[in-house]
Amino acid sequence: MRHHILSALYSARYSRLCLGGLFMFLCQAAIAQESRYNMTRGVTEISQRVYGLHMTIFYICVVIAIIVFGLMFWSIVRHRKSAGAVPAQFHGSMKIELLWTAIPVVILVVMAIPATQALIAMEDASESDLTVLVTGSQWKWHYKYLDYPIEYFSVLATPRAQISNEAEKDALYLLEVDKPLVIPTGKKVRFLLTADDVIHSWWVPDFAIKKDAIPGFINETWTRVDKPGLYYGKCAELCGRDHGFMPVAVEVKSEADFEAWAAEQVALQEAARTADAAATPMSMDELMTLGEKVYGTACAVCHQASGEGLPGVFPGLKGSAMVTADIPGHIRIVVFGKAGTAMQAFARQLSTSELAAVITYERNAWGNDTGDMVQPADVAAAIQGGE
Amino acid sequence: MTSNASLVRRLLLVCVAMFGFGFAMVPLYDVFCRITGINGKTEGVAAAQPAGVDLSREVSVEFLARSDADMPWTFVPLTERVRIHPGDLQIVEFEVANRSGEALVATAVPSVSPGEAARYFKKIECFCFEEQALAAGETRSMPVQFYIDPALPERFRNMTLSYRLYKSAHTASR
Amino acid sequence: MSTEQTGALHPGEHLDHEHKPRGITRWLYSTNHKDIGTLYLLFSLAMLFIGGSLAMVIRAELFQPGLQFVDPHFFNQMTTVHGLVMVFGAVMPAFVGLANWMVPLMIGAPDMALPRVNNWSFWILPCAFAILLSTLFMEGGAPAAGWTFYAPLSTTYSSDSTAFFVLAVHLMGVSSIMGAINIIVTIFNMRAPGMTWMKLPLFVWTWLITAFLLIAVMPVLAGVVTMVLTDKYFGTSFFDAAGGGDPVMFQHIFWFFGHPEVYIMILPAFGIISAIIPTFARKPLFGYESMVVATASIAILSFLVWGHHMFTVGMPVAAELFFMYATMLIAVPTGVKVFNWVATMWRGSMTFEVPMMFALAFIVLFTIGGLSGLMLAITPADFQYQDTYFVVAHFHYVLVTGAVFGIIAGVYYWLPKWTGVMYSERLAQTHFWCSLVSVNILFFPMHFVGLAGMPRRIPDYALQFADLNALMSIGGLLFGLSQLLFVWGVVRCMRGVGDKASDRVWEGAQGLEWEIPSPAPYHTFETPPVVK
Repeated sequence: MRHHILSALYSARYSRLCLGGLFMFLCQAAIAQESRYNMTRGVTEISQRVYGLHMTIFYICVVIAIIVFGLMFWSIVRHRKSAGAVPAQFHGSMKIELLWTAIPVVILVVMAIPATQALIAMEDASESDLTVLVTGSQWKWHYKYLDYPIEYFSVLATPRAQISNEAEKDALYLLEVDKPLVIPTGKKVRFLLTADDVIHSWWVPDFAIKKDAIPGFINETWTRVDKPGLYYGKCAELCGRDHGFMPVAVEVKSEADFEAWAAEQVALQEAARTADAAATPMSMDELMTLGEKVYGTACAVCHQASGEGLPGVFPGLKGSAMVTADIPGHIRIVVFGKAGTAMQAFARQLSTSELAAVITYERNAWGNDTGDMVQPADVAAAIQGGE
Repeated sequence: MTSNASLVRRLLLVCVAMFGFGFAMVPLYDVFCRITGINGKTEGVAAAQPAGVDLSREVSVEFLARSDADMPWTFVPLTERVRIHPGDLQIVEFEVANRSGEALVATAVPSVSPGEAARYFKKIECFCFEEQALAAGETRSMPVQFYIDPALPERFRNMTLSYRLYKSAHTASR
Repeated sequence: MSTEQTGALHPGEHLDHEHKPRGITRWLYSTNHKDIGTLYLLFSLAMLFIGGSLAMVIRAELFQPGLQFVDPHFFNQMTTVHGLVMVFGAVMPAFVGLANWMVPLMIGAPDMALPRVNNWSFWILPCAFAILLSTLFMEGGAPAAGWTFYAPLSTTYSSDSTAFFVLAVHLMGVSSIMGAINIIVTIFNMRAPGMTWMKLPLFVWTWLITAFLLIAVMPVLAGVVTMVLTDKYFGTSFFDAAGGGDPVMFQHIFWFFGHPEVYIMILPAFGIISAIIPTFARKPLFGYESMVVATASIAILSFLVWGHHMFTVGMPVAAELFFMYATMLIAVPTGVKVFNWVATMWRGSMTFEVPMMFALAFIVLFTIGGLSGLMLAITPADFQYQDTYFVVAHFHYVLVTGAVFGIIAGVYYWLPKWTGVMYSERLAQTHFWCSLVSVNILFFPMHFVGLAGMPRRIPDYALQFADLNALMSIGGLLFGLSQLLFVWGVVRCMRGVGDKASDRVWEGAQGLEWEIPSPAPYHTFETPPVVK
């Protein structure tokens, strides 16, 4: 037995050195590379308060840990049998037990005060200068400005080839989106959050904002950013297959730049609506080129680039009866979606020409070679005619 | 000492009671929501007329409307924002159009933000109180008559009333 | 506690009680608390390895950025089933197994109060997990909405295996409730003469409180999965806004179960540690009464803090403050426990056999998990922590280096009593050090990636997290392999390889379980001992 005790003790001591060294190393690493290994300080007054709160509690926890573990290791070293320790027989002390109940209570109160103040400041979204409705759906964000006639979807821009390791991953892998949310500096921006299907959570670490987007209900939060820049975040609530591929990007522009951007967007969206209304016929090549692009961003997530879907989860389109025969049914499901499934009503997300192109693409890709052409006018008629 | 059998009986009773409690949480939660404003739920029945008007301040109220992803209806507020005194009666209209080729019944589910202000949002008349049936291609404007309770705490200066239109169980396929 | 044994314990007489049934029927029809305890423990060990294999799929996929091995939908099934298997299959049954073995021995009872119920409550479990695991092979796959299965992802948007998942959870619930009732009745009615409430070993106390928690919350879980079932298949709208329901209500009901559930998984470990520390410090447990009070307070507070799992759903400030304060308050009784353990060691005469090493590791690492829990309670900071790897780090520290280390400590501690053979100290120390190092390589970096912004339950991540994820995956593999040493050590003892264990086994061991011979005879305490 004695041998075991000695070896255990040797190990215990050794481990203490190891753990101590590891701790020091990790602390240094943490300080040296803060944003990679610690919470970001962020760029808003609130995010800096949250960071301060986080570090304060962290240091309090470190002090508590050092005291408790220190006493424990002291005891391990001094009060071991092999050092000749004779066990005391005390088994309680009202005084000391009350003391170590009371001291933590005091520490907790000290922690709770700044936490309460920060929380109250965070939850006051009133008197905002700009309001944006953020809607989550599987697996993209939709932004609608209530003060401007601007609304659009924002989806992951990382090419599928990078995700499947067929291409070199760039620095913004899984962070970049096609169109970031744009907000002006120095303005209080209020976000109203909701969702179309399941619960999502809109998270921008640099603003210390994370709020759930809940189907059927509305949530709100706010921020005020003074530093222009691009800030990245993610969907934080498990929302199905592509939960990990649903980034948030917010571009903060100076007020003048924001106004210019807004004016440009209003004009662009107006032009798109006009083009949509005109429903100009397209050639097969145009339809297929545009269709392949749209399919890659809007459809491949579920139905896969191969068109084979995922058995039991997402139906395959390759050789499917609907895609090879039933043209009106095919248009209808793409335009209006299918209730209670991840199949969304794409009329809200895509223009008539994009819809026509993607339907045409599906009918002619992967050996579906039906030769069918669906024109923007067909789609427009379907939208007009209804489900 | 209680016998094994009676102890088991009592413990099973606790289990059954807790199973029931799980379901009792459904109505309890609703009550709790209305009191605390979780999710910004509002009353599903008409409120009484306002008692008086608080002219000393104004509240800005925004309106949002969205139909469910699989609803082929357009649904928009005709007024996007109003500024009113608490206690002032106000009517706003929402326009809904059934773009599908068949008659459908829909329910509008309201949600008010911030949630804590929801119980000061008093609706005297609302299309959300009952189901709405629209014939194929029909367009209708639907009114909400409401006021903000003058008891609304000072710190709330913005409110948002959001409606989401769902296919009603009668016509829903799910 | 001093005990006087009556005649039943003379070794010679025990030979008469040794005729146990042979073959498979011994296990299928067993009503013997020791056999059923063994079954529970072996089942839990099997589940630990199944759950661990699923975790290895997760860690393999996360070894490098990009999608290498599995589809994201399958990845979600892995995280979901890993969580369910570990919580309901590994940790909870292991504690029930330990309770089956040790509670009757500790209170001087001949068996559990309801032996047939005991048989049923075990044999339901393999059925439940066969059903759950079979969903992995169904079209559409296993449940993929996380072990917390938030609606509507688990209702409207789930695969058709949901019905099997609900059935499996119901069976697990029934098994847990039967087990809990059995333990309560045993502790209430089967104590030896003189075994008064305040003489009960702390393991018995913590299990009694755990059993009450189980009875209070498992039916709530049954309720919520029933609502999921009817929402998905029978057109109700508990959680569907379209029909007047509310998806957030799911989270309230789930976490009303879920928070007490996490204490169900840690309180018995507190009991094990409270048995081991005094033994190897050769000194009575410090503050026995305050330990009991602290355990009960933790259990009561656990019903008031569920909201801290859902700070981001948009609660009113007042509710957020209430849940924050209530959660912080739990740190007080938990702190009392840790301080009491340290005070027990203080001025003791310690030796460091493997149960003690695991117990010491438990105290340090569980405290780290507790402190990160305290950080998570701070609502404004939680907005940054919520649903990141920081949370994953937190609950793996309390559940792996907490609950699982507590279970392993208990197994090493009592294994000589069960098998009559000392485990190999060298092998077990190797197991300990390998586990200690690898578990920290596995879970400690999760704090950093979480703080830096890596969400949980994602199959792929931004490049900044690549280095630490590779490190964690290596740690995971090493931790998994280390547990093979544990299996080897246990199998050696079960086969009777090793030094013969004495009746008391440990020099400082106190309590009725050490008064009986090693290995513990098939029937014990048929004449109750008298506890003075």
